[in-house]
Amino acid sequence: MQAPIEYYLVLSAVLFAIGVAGVVIRRDVIVILMSIELMLNAVNLTFIAFSRFMGSVEGQVIVFFVMTVAAAEAVVGLAIVISVFRFRQTLDPRDMQLLKW
Amino acid sequence: MTTNLLRWIPLLPLAAAVLNVFFGGRWGKRFAGILASAAVFGSFLIALRVFMLLSPDAVLRDTLYTWIESEPFKAQVSFQADALTAVMLLVITGIGFLIHLYSTGYMAHDEGEARFFAYLNLFVFFMSVLVLADNLLLFFVGWEGVGLCSFLLIGFWYEDPANTTAGNKAFIVNRIGDFAFLLGMLLLFWEMNRLGVPSLDFAALKDAAARIAPDTAVLITLLFFIGATGKSAQIPLYVWLPDAMAGPTPVSALIHAATMVTAGVYLTARLNFLFVLAPYTLSLIAIIGAATALFAGTIAVAQNDIKRVLAYSTVSQLGYMFLAAGVGAFSAAVFHLFTHAFFKACLFLGAGSVIHAMGGEQDMRKMGGLRRRLPATYWTYLIAGLALAGIPPTAGFFSKDRILLEAYASPHGSLALWLVGWITAGLTAFYMFRQLFLVFHGTSRAPESVQAHVHESPAAMTIPLIVLALGSIAAGWLALPSRDVWDPWLQAVLGRSNPAEHGEAVNETLLVALTVGIALVGIAAAYFLYGRERRVREDGPLWGTLAQKYYIDELYDFLFVRPFTAAANWLARAFDPGIIDGAVNGVAGLVRGISASGRRLQSGNVQHYLFAFLIGTILIFVYWLRR
Repeated sequence: MQAPIEYYLVLSAVLFAIGVAGVVIRRDVIVILMSIELMLNAVNLTFIAFSRFMGSVEGQVIVFFVMTVAAAEAVVGLAIVISVFRFRQTLDPRDMQLLKW
Repeated sequence: MTTNLLRWIPLLPLAAAVLNVFFGGRWGKRFAGILASAAVFGSFLIALRVFMLLSPDAVLRDTLYTWIESEPFKAQVSFQADALTAVMLLVITGIGFLIHLYSTGYMAHDEGEARFFAYLNLFVFFMSVLVLADNLLLFFVGWEGVGLCSFLLIGFWYEDPANTTAGNKAFIVNRIGDFAFLLGMLLLFWEMNRLGVPSLDFAALKDAAARIAPDTAVLITLLFFIGATGKSAQIPLYVWLPDAMAGPTPVSALIHAATMVTAGVYLTARLNFLFVLAPYTLSLIAIIGAATALFAGTIAVAQNDIKRVLAYSTVSQLGYMFLAAGVGAFSAAVFHLFTHAFFKACLFLGAGSVIHAMGGEQDMRKMGGLRRRLPATYWTYLIAGLALAGIPPTAGFFSKDRILLEAYASPHGSLALWLVGWITAGLTAFYMFRQLFLVFHGTSRAPESVQAHVHESPAAMTIPLIVLALGSIAAGWLALPSRDVWDPWLQAVLGRSNPAEHGEAVNETLLVALTVGIALVGIAAAYFLYGRERRVREDGPLWGTLAQKYYIDELYDFLFVRPFTAAANWLARAFDPGIIDGAVNGVAGLVRGISASGRRLQSGNVQHYLFAFLIGTILIFVYWLRR
């Protein structure tokens, strides 16, 4: 017995929306980074679901790429966050506006 | 006929000028003068060779390269030499060489000798470009170039602000004339283009001249004549020439007497085929010329500066030349140009010799009795003075007499023009001999300290004087009534001027006798008033007006200089900060105001940008879906 594909897509959309909301709303850079991961994984879920239902392996291949990029992105992102924190003692994105005139 | 000889006439002085600019200081002052003189002498030899090669109706050409090519217009750096050019070239390089030679003596004590000779050579370069040019555009290069050299040399002793002011005055007054010249050239090109001959070559102009619309021809020639009044110091633009005497005396001789100031006469002679199409312009030229001759002659009577007398005399003699050109006697105008170059250069160089001997004194009231101390200067001065006064058999007699004859007898001439010229002839003799008596006769009025070291000038200065004095006599013999070689030589270029066309019989002998008579009266009057001691009190309102040059400088100052300065001040103080700067600052302020409101969009908060990005994505998505 298999769940219909709509279930997967709705779940994925909900996760993605939560991720978007987190990125836009939360006041903590770490949480924003986590929300980005959430969005990436929501997309991954969509890929896997289609891969499974269409009997194609290409979706799974792309998911591996996405996971690799996500790992690299997390590393760079956290490194930036740490150096910003050292410099400014804050994680609130509202305080990170040095380039504003 | 083509030849590559012509290019070396301007190029030799140019090369010497460049060498003197860069190495003159290092090679020593003596060498600078020798180099400069040698270059001009080389040009003179080439000019002689060119003269030998020419026949009256031949034209030598030498094309260097194409200067401007813009279809269909094409201007080349190309030289031509015809009979008229040859005469001018011999004057420029021949008299130019003598003046260079003189300058090696005159400027020997001056620090800036190398600079002086560089400028002087540059002048010879530009002047020969002017007379050699085969199109109006190249002519204009020479025209502006000699103006530049004139400016540089008037202000040569730039430590004195008066000299630089005089240089500026010359430059600015000339600029007015040059502007008219430029307009005339543009209008001429416009007209030529309309006729389907888009060219400014003299040969093309001459061919097409007959087809030029009469009204346009009048306008073109008027504009050219205004240009000529600037360069050749005629009313109303003559005011710069007397002030130009601030320059070293050899400069006054070369530039402001013999060559540059005659460029305007050369222009009318070169474009005579245009001027004859415009009788209105011609009669204006004759009137202006006659008026200038008389006007400047009267001023010269009351001047006390030895060089200013000669300067006003030059203005007056240039007036004669224009009078001749105005009655259509271009050949007579160029003849007077030719003879005048000899005797006026001789007079200026003689004046320089006097100034040299007097230790820089130029006021004739402090001279006197120099006859025995400066014999060579005195005798040459006397000969040149006789030539200026028009006493036979000197050169001035032949040329002035011919002008007066033409002024009366030519188809465009009239009794009034002759009368003005005749009176001026008397004035000329009077002021010339007033000067001669004040400077060389009587007893010395100089302080003892100056008198002690009055000395005759070195040979480098007296030899040019003697040569020029001989020229002042002999130059006129080219046009002896019995054997005239002058008119046939220039006939092909300048056309025939024949007084007999007047129809009415002219008693030439009577005219000649009258002219010589009034000159002798002028000399006699000068002798009576100034011969031994000054017997006349130089005061009274008339004398004051003359001595103050009819207050023309003051009038110009009031009419033009002051309003212009006031307008410039207003522009600088009110208009420029208020309107120009105001407009620029206003635009900047407006942009700043708009961007101040736009700037609020840029919060700097990355989440706001992300939100905007999200909205944008959604909108694009919605657009796609609904399409």
